[in-house]
Amino acid sequence: MSMEFTQILLNAQSIDASARKYAEESLKQFQDQNFPNFLLSLSGELANNEKPVDSRKLAGLVLKNALDAKEQIRKNELAQRWLSLDASVKAQVKGCLLQTLSSPALDARSTASQVIAKIAGIELPRQQWPELIRYLLSNIHQLQSHVKQATLETLGYLCEEVSPEAVDQEQVNEILTAVVQGMNASEGQSDVRLSATRALCNALGFARENFSNDMERDYIMRVVCEATQSPEIKIRQAAFECLVSISSAYYDKLASYMQDMFNITAKAVRGDEEPVALQAIEFWSSICDEEIDILDEYGSEFVADSEAPCFYFIKQALPALVPMLLDTLLKQEEDQDQDEGAWNTAMAGGTCLGLISRTVGDDVVPLVMPFIEENIAKPDWRQREAATYAFGSILEGPSPEKLAPMVNVALNFMLSALMNDPSNHVKDTTAWTLGRIFEFMHGSVVETAIITPDNCKQILTVLLHSMKDVPNVAEKSCGALYFLAQGYEDVGSTSPLSPLFQDIVQALLTVTHREDAGESRLRTAAYETLNEVVRCSTEETASVVLQLVPVIMGELHQTLGGQNMVSDEKEKQSELQGLLCGCLQVIIQKLGSAELTKHAFMQYTDQIMDLFLRVFACRNATVHEEAMLAIGALAYSTGHNFTKYMQGFYPYLEMGLQNFEEYQVCAITVGVVGDLCRALEVKILPFCDGIMTHLLKNLSSNLLHRSVKSPIFSCFGDIALAIGENFEKYLIYAMPMLQSASELSTLVADADDEMVVHTNQLRNGILEAYSGIFQGFKNSPKTQLLMPYAPHILQFLDTLYNEKDMDDIVMKTAVGVLGDLADTLGTNAGPLISHSVSSKDFLDECLASDEHLIQESAEWAKLAVSRAISG
Amino acid sequence: MAPHELRRTFKRTAISDQQRRRDLALLRQNQQRSDSQNRARRLASSVLALPDPSSPAEALVDLPDVVDVHPDLYLDPSSEPEAASPAGRHLDVVEASNLKGRTARHWFSRQLMLMEWMIDVPPSLDRDWYSPSRSDQSALENQLSKKVSGREEGAPRSKSGSPTEQPSPLPWQHATQDVEEHPGQKYVFARPSGKRCFVVSSNGTTVSRLRNGSVLHRFPSSLPNGARTKEISAASHVFCILDCIFHEPDQTYYVIDLICWRGYSLYDCSAEFRFFWLNSKLLETGACDLPSVYHRYRFSVVPVYECNQIGLQKAYTCGVTFAKDGLLFYNRHANYQAGNTPLALVWKDEFCSKYVLDTDGEGQVPIQQQVVLELQGTGKLTTHDDPPIVFGYLEREFFQKTGLQVGNLLRFSIMDESVRTVDGKLELGEIKFLGKANRFRAFADSYSKVFFQHTARHSPLQFMDLMASVDPSLHYENTEDSEMIG
Repeated sequence: MSMEFTQILLNAQSIDASARKYAEESLKQFQDQNFPNFLLSLSGELANNEKPVDSRKLAGLVLKNALDAKEQIRKNELAQRWLSLDASVKAQVKGCLLQTLSSPALDARSTASQVIAKIAGIELPRQQWPELIRYLLSNIHQLQSHVKQATLETLGYLCEEVSPEAVDQEQVNEILTAVVQGMNASEGQSDVRLSATRALCNALGFARENFSNDMERDYIMRVVCEATQSPEIKIRQAAFECLVSISSAYYDKLASYMQDMFNITAKAVRGDEEPVALQAIEFWSSICDEEIDILDEYGSEFVADSEAPCFYFIKQALPALVPMLLDTLLKQEEDQDQDEGAWNTAMAGGTCLGLISRTVGDDVVPLVMPFIEENIAKPDWRQREAATYAFGSILEGPSPEKLAPMVNVALNFMLSALMNDPSNHVKDTTAWTLGRIFEFMHGSVVETAIITPDNCKQILTVLLHSMKDVPNVAEKSCGALYFLAQGYEDVGSTSPLSPLFQDIVQALLTVTHREDAGESRLRTAAYETLNEVVRCSTEETASVVLQLVPVIMGELHQTLGGQNMVSDEKEKQSELQGLLCGCLQVIIQKLGSAELTKHAFMQYTDQIMDLFLRVFACRNATVHEEAMLAIGALAYSTGHNFTKYMQGFYPYLEMGLQNFEEYQVCAITVGVVGDLCRALEVKILPFCDGIMTHLLKNLSSNLLHRSVKSPIFSCFGDIALAIGENFEKYLIYAMPMLQSASELSTLVADADDEMVVHTNQLRNGILEAYSGIFQGFKNSPKTQLLMPYAPHILQFLDTLYNEKDMDDIVMKTAVGVLGDLADTLGTNAGPLISHSVSSKDFLDECLASDEHLIQESAEWAKLAVSRAISG
Repeated sequence: MAPHELRRTFKRTAISDQQRRRDLALLRQNQQRSDSQNRARRLASSVLALPDPSSPAEALVDLPDVVDVHPDLYLDPSSEPEAASPAGRHLDVVEASNLKGRTARHWFSRQLMLMEWMIDVPPSLDRDWYSPSRSDQSALENQLSKKVSGREEGAPRSKSGSPTEQPSPLPWQHATQDVEEHPGQKYVFARPSGKRCFVVSSNGTTVSRLRNGSVLHRFPSSLPNGARTKEISAASHVFCILDCIFHEPDQTYYVIDLICWRGYSLYDCSAEFRFFWLNSKLLETGACDLPSVYHRYRFSVVPVYECNQIGLQKAYTCGVTFAKDGLLFYNRHANYQAGNTPLALVWKDEFCSKYVLDTDGEGQVPIQQQVVLELQGTGKLTTHDDPPIVFGYLEREFFQKTGLQVGNLLRFSIMDESVRTVDGKLELGEIKFLGKANRFRAFADSYSKVFFQHTARHSPLQFMDLMASVDPSLHYENTEDSEMIG
C-alpha cells in the first residue's frame, strides 16, 4: 500500500492528464472509504524521510485541505470532522507532523508547519493540544538550526491561525522572546533569522501588551530595525514588512521612533533593491491610511484643539518625504501601463504621494509644484510623465481653491499633451490626470468652476479623439469622460454635454467595437462611461437615450446563440452580456424616471424582456446577476404591465432564489421579488406559493450567507402588503420563522461591532415583515388570525426596548410595528397592548426622540394605540 | 506568512460601476418599501384622522394631496402622494439631507415642486384682485375682495372697461382658510430679484437647491449645523430649511420665509409667527454677518411691513440693498403650505421690477402676448392649475399630423381682439399656435399668470389701486359692493 500510495501522490502531479485524473479519483475514493486511515497515510507519507519530497509535499497539502477551507461553513464542517476523530488517530497524525519538523527536507518541514498551525487553529480555542506550544518552545533550544528554523516558522503560522485570546499571556511572552531572539543579529544562521522575522510579522497581533511596555517595545523595535540592515535581502524585506504591520497596529506607539523610521526607509527607497524599497514606501502609505482614518473620523475642523489621536507624522515628515517620493516617480518601467500586474517603485511612490495629499491637504502643493514645473516640458518622457503623475496625485486632498489657479493653467497643456505627446506613457497619465481634475475639481459641489461651457467643448473633442488611441490611453480617456459627465449630475435641465451628446454616445459605442477592446479593460470602461453619461443626461437628450435602446438590444441579441462554446468563450460572452444588461438597466432607470420618456420606452419592453430571458437561458444553473438587476428596474418602470412576463420569468426567479453560492445573486433576486410585489400588487399572488417556499427554505438553510436573511424577512413584508389577507396561508410557516429569528436576535451577547450591525439588520427585516403583514391584513375580516401572534410580537418589542441596543432605524421600525399592530387589531388587542412596556415607556421614549423619523412613527403609533386602548 | 499584498489600486477608481448599480438599486428598493409602508399608514390615517397641530385650518392639510393629482410630468414622475402631515414633510428632509447626487436631486425636486408653487403662482394677485367676493366664499377671498372692491371704487381700471366685476371661481377654492377678517391681515414686502431656492443646513454643511432640486451652492454657513466648526455643528436632528432668494449682485441669500429651525417645524405656524421667529433667530446665529471662512455667503432678512397704506408705500418705494422684483403679499394667518396657494400673492409694475412683461426666447417682449399651455388627450389646451382651466382646443388631426403628444407644452400667441372676460373669467378666444415651448419648461402657465400678463399689457393694476384698496376710508363701501354683487 505504502509504495502504491506514494505512486498515487506522484501521479496526481503528473503531466499526463489521464494518469492525474485516475490518481485524483483514487485519493478521493480512499478518503471517502476510510477517512482516519487516509489521514494516517498522508501524515505517515509526510513524515517519512525515505519518500520523495514531491509526494511528501502533496501529502501535506492534501492533509491541510482536509482540515481547512476558505468558505466559513465548509471550514466549520471540516473542523467538526477532525474533532470527532478517534483520539488515537489525532495523536498519531500530530506525532507525525511534529516529527517532520526535524526532517532534513525543507519542503516537508515547511508543509508540516502549516498543517500543525491548522490543527492548532481548530484545537487551541477548544483547550485541546495544550502541550503544543510548550513542545515547540523546547524545540527552539535545539542545536540543529534546521529544527529551529522549522519551529519558528511553525510559531509564525500558528500566530496567523490562532486568535490571541486562545493563548495565555505567559506563553505569548515566551513565543515573542523566542521569535525576537531568533531575529537577533547574533543569530548566525540566516534562514533561522528569516523565519523568525517572518514569524514576528504574524505574532505582532499577540504583542499588544508587550508594545505597551516601553522597554519591551524599545527592544522589539531595535531588533526589527537591525534586521532591516541585514545583508540578506529577504530578511530586510521581511523586516520592513514588520514595520508596515507595526505602523498600522501600533500607530499610537510610534512617536519616539519616527526619526529613525524616516532614516531607515529613506535609505531603502533611495538605495535598496525594489522589493525592499516597495515595503519602505508602503510604510509611509500605511501611516497615511492611519492618519486619513483618524482625521476622517474626527472631522478635520475639530482637530486643532481637540484630542483626536493623530500625531501628524506625515505633516512633520513632509519636507523630506515629498522629495524622496518625487524621485521615485522617475523610475518608471517601459510599458508598465500595458501590464495589469505591474507594481514598481514609481507606481508605489506616486500612490503614496496621493495618500499624502489626502492626509495633509494644501501643504503638499508648494512642495510638489516646483517638480512639476521643472519636468513637465522636458524632452525625456520619463520626466514629463513623472511631472504629470505628480500633478494627478495631488488633486485629491488640497482644497479646490488652492488648486484652481494651477489647474486652470495646466488644463490646456494637458489637453494638448493628450493629443500630441509622442509617448503613450505620458498620454496615459495625462488622461488619468484629466479624469482626476474632473473628479475632484468639477461638479455642483465645487465652487471654483474649472470647466466652463467654453472649454467643455474643447475637452470633449480631445477626449473623443483619444478614445481612438492605443487601448490603455483610450481606456483612461473613457475614465476622464466618466468623471466629466458625473460632474454634470446636478446640472439641472441643460447640460453642456448635450450639444455633443450624440457624438459622445457614438464614440463610446465605436470603442466597444474596437478589435482590441478586450485589452486594458477598454470595453468595460467604455460601457461604464456610457452608463454614467446616460445617468447624468438631461431631458434635452432623452430622445438619444431612447434611440440607444434598440442599439444595445441589438448588441445583446448578437451575444446569444453559440451553443458549443468552450469555457473561455463562455466567460467572455457572459461578461459582455453583463455589460450590456448593466447598460440597459441604467437606460431603463433613466427613461422610467420621467413620465414622457417612460411612455415612449414602453414600446420596447416586450423585446427587452425576451432578450433578458434568453440571456438567462444561456446558462445552466445560475442566473445572470446583471440581467436580474435590470429586470428589477424594468418591473419598477412597467408596473402592472409586468404581469404578462411573469410566466416566462418565473423559472429564473426561482433559480436566482436558489443561488446560495453567489449570495449576491440571491440577495438581488430577493430584492427583485420586492420590486415585483410593488409592481404587480395582488397579481403576484399566483406565484407566491413558489416564492414563499423558496424564501422559507433559504431561511432554514445554513448554507446561505447570513446577509441575505434580513432582506428575505423584509420581502415577507413586501409580499404581505401586496397580497393582503391572501397571506393567510403562509402565516403558519412565516410567523414561527419570524418568532424564532426574533428570539435569536435578542440573544446576542458580547457581540463585536460587525455582529451588532448584522443583528440590527436582522431585527429591522423581522420588524418590516411584521409591519407588512399587519398592514396587509388591515380592514380585512381576517385580522383575528393575527391575534395569536400579537403577544409574542409585543414581547419582542418589549425585549428590544429592555436590551437598549437598538439603532435608530430599528427603533423607528419597531415603534411603527406597535402602531401597525394596534391599528390592524384595534380594540381586540387593547388589553394586550396596555399591559406591554412598549405601549408606554418605549412609546414615550420614541415620542421624545431627537430623531424625527422615530418621532413620526411614534406619533402614528401613539394615535393607533390610544384608539385601540380606549376602544 | 505570504508576503504582504502591496499592490494598491493604481490609476483606478475605488468602486466598480457594477457595485454602484447594486447600491443604487438597493437604495431605490428601500425607498419604495418605505413609501409603500407610509402609504399604507396614511390610508389608515384618513380613518384615524391624525391629530394635526394645524387643525384649526384642517382644510389646508388636504391641499398637498390635491395638488398631487396633477403631478408635473417632468419633475415628479413617480407622483407619490406627498405626506399630508407637516411632520411627514420635514422628516423627509432630515432623511434627504443624508442623500447624495441624483437621489437627492430627485428627492428635493419632489419637495420643491410643491413648495415652489406657493410663490411660483404669484400672479394670482391679479385675479384675486379682480374677483369680488360672494357671501359664500371664504374669508380669504372676502379679504381679497376688500381690495378688489377698493380698487373698483378708486377705479382707474373700471374705467378702462375691463369687465371684471363678476366673481370668478378660483380653481383652488377648497384650499382656503378660515381667517377672521380684520384690517392688517396681510404683510407686504419687496421681493428680491434672483434665484429662488431652498437652503438646508444640516450635518455641518449648508446646501442650497434650486426648484428642480439641483444644487446651487454647497457651503459652510453660520446657520445652525451649517458648518463643521465646533460652535456651529450639532447633532443630526438639528437642521434648518429656509426659503430664500439668492441675489447675485451682492451674493446674498435673502430669506423670505422660514420652514424649519433647529429641527423645529414651522410648516404649521402662521406667517406672523414665522416672520417673528425668522427675524429674532436668524440674527442670533450670525448668519447675517459678512462672509468668512466658515460662512461663505451672507444671509439677510427682507423688511416686512403691515399691509396698510404706510407699509405698502414703504415696501414699494424704500431703498433696499437688492434689486426688487415686485411685491409679495402674505396672509398673516397662513401656514407654509406646499403647492398652489392664494394666501401668498405677488404683484409687480415697471417701477419695482425689471421683469413685468414676459419675454420670448430672444429676451424680447413679443408684440402679442404669448402663453404656454399643456396639450391634453382630448385636444384641450389647459393651464397649470388645479383643476386646469381650458383655454382652447387643438384638432386631433392637427396634433397628430404635427407629431405633438399629450402632455406637450405648447406656445401660443393671443389675438388681443378676441380676448374677452365673461363673468369675470378670462377667455382667450382665438389663439395662434407658435410651436413647442422651450423644452426646459416644467409647467404650463397658470391661469392667473396669463391673466396678469394680459392686464399688465392693457390696463395694468397700478400701485395707486393697491393703495386705494388699503385705504381705510373705503372699507365701508367695500362691504356694500360685495353685497351688491353677491
